[in-house]
Amino acid sequence: MNKVLLGLLLGAVLGAIDGLSAWFTPAVRAQLVGIVVGSTIKGLIAGVAIGFFARKVNSLALGILFGLAVGFVLAFIVARMQHGYYFEIILPGSIVGIIVGYATQRYGSAHAVPATTR
Amino acid sequence: MKFLSDRALERLRQSADLPDLVGTRYQLLERVARGGMGVVYAALDETLGRRVALKVLDVPIADSDFARRLNREARVLARLEHPGIVPVHDVGTLADGRVFYTMKFVEGQGLDKHVEAVASLPDRLRLFLRICDAVAFAHAQGVLHRDLKPANVMVGAFGEVLVMDWGLAKILREATEEPEEDPEVTIIRASATEGSAAGETQTLQVTGQGTVLGTPGYMSPEQARGDIAQLDQRSDIFSLGALLRFLCAPPASETGSSAKWRRDKSLEAICAKAAANNPGSRYSNVSELSADVSRYLDGLPVSARKEPIFEKVARFYRRHTIPILLIAAYLVARTLILLFFHR
Repeated sequence: MNKVLLGLLLGAVLGAIDGLSAWFTPAVRAQLVGIVVGSTIKGLIAGVAIGFFARKVNSLALGILFGLAVGFVLAFIVARMQHGYYFEIILPGSIVGIIVGYATQRYGSAHAVPATTR
Repeated sequence: MKFLSDRALERLRQSADLPDLVGTRYQLLERVARGGMGVVYAALDETLGRRVALKVLDVPIADSDFARRLNREARVLARLEHPGIVPVHDVGTLADGRVFYTMKFVEGQGLDKHVEAVASLPDRLRLFLRICDAVAFAHAQGVLHRDLKPANVMVGAFGEVLVMDWGLAKILREATEEPEEDPEVTIIRASATEGSAAGETQTLQVTGQGTVLGTPGYMSPEQARGDIAQLDQRSDIFSLGALLRFLCAPPASETGSSAKWRRDKSLEAICAKAAANNPGSRYSNVSELSADVSRYLDGLPVSARKEPIFEKVARFYRRHTIPILLIAAYLVARTLILLFFHR
């Protein structure tokens, strides 16, 4: 699977799971659907960004670092919009970014170069 | 009357043994090694200006059994064009009646010596895979080596691996449909005998027609019994299994301290399957054997051994340590948040 698609799928799935974990917080359980949708979109954006980065830069360490940065920034923005829950949103969001960064570098296949003819 | 000293006599004898290369394009350089049938010299190909290995028969009779064997070895080599098999350049008869052939001169050392410097098991297994490639190619061409052992594998200065000494090779099928002229129709491989040097090809007269040639410890039981008709590629697989065992032994410097890796059950199972006494229990071809070794190198389960569930889990963890730890970190973070922030 190519790196962008892998990042996209993994970001969406992990984002959705991350959003679903809000069910354990009774205070926000009523807004669960909105949280899951928002978290999935966040995961999609992070996944695509990390996937494109992985396609350009072939380094596991930089991939993980970039994943962490993207996960952190996006989670921070969401937390700002929520006016709270910084730690609860940023910590898991950053770890999800790391996971996607690792997976795209480790398991994503390089973009196929079309054969050229002379 | 003055007698020659022993030393002078020995020098004279050696000079008399030197091949007479008059009339050939080769110039003798130095003696490299002695084999069962003759001597290998380093020679200079004056036409092409390159160093070659020149194998010359001891017996100066061009139609002797050994001469036919050497000619046959050259023909076998000629049909095996593979990077892992030493290429033959020329074959002929010298002015003194001795048969010779020339081949690529490989600067390097035998696997038995080279392996002492290779401390890493994966590196040794990668060497083994390259030997398997060459042998698999020979089998695909219908040729059995029948004398695979560490001393018959050369590792070049640049890491190239070459399977040497095809003197005992058996041609299973001729491309030209000529009948196979096997000089070993009545040949039986000798079993380990006392006083024989380890790794040395044994020769034993069995009948008036044939001789026994082989290397104890590396030849298959059916070969040792003399079941020539039963020999197929599984006989070489037995030798490869023995070779793999040899490669899995730790370097002398590390015996006892880090010998743990050689006791790996999967690797032992591969060796045991390859070198099984019953040919039916062995790998059916070299590709299967090398695939199993590759799977072992990749940390995957091998076909030679059914591993228990605990080992499967441990293997999965070893192969995916980082993602498992990342997911665990995520779950731990979630649990901590749940426990400490939302009471």
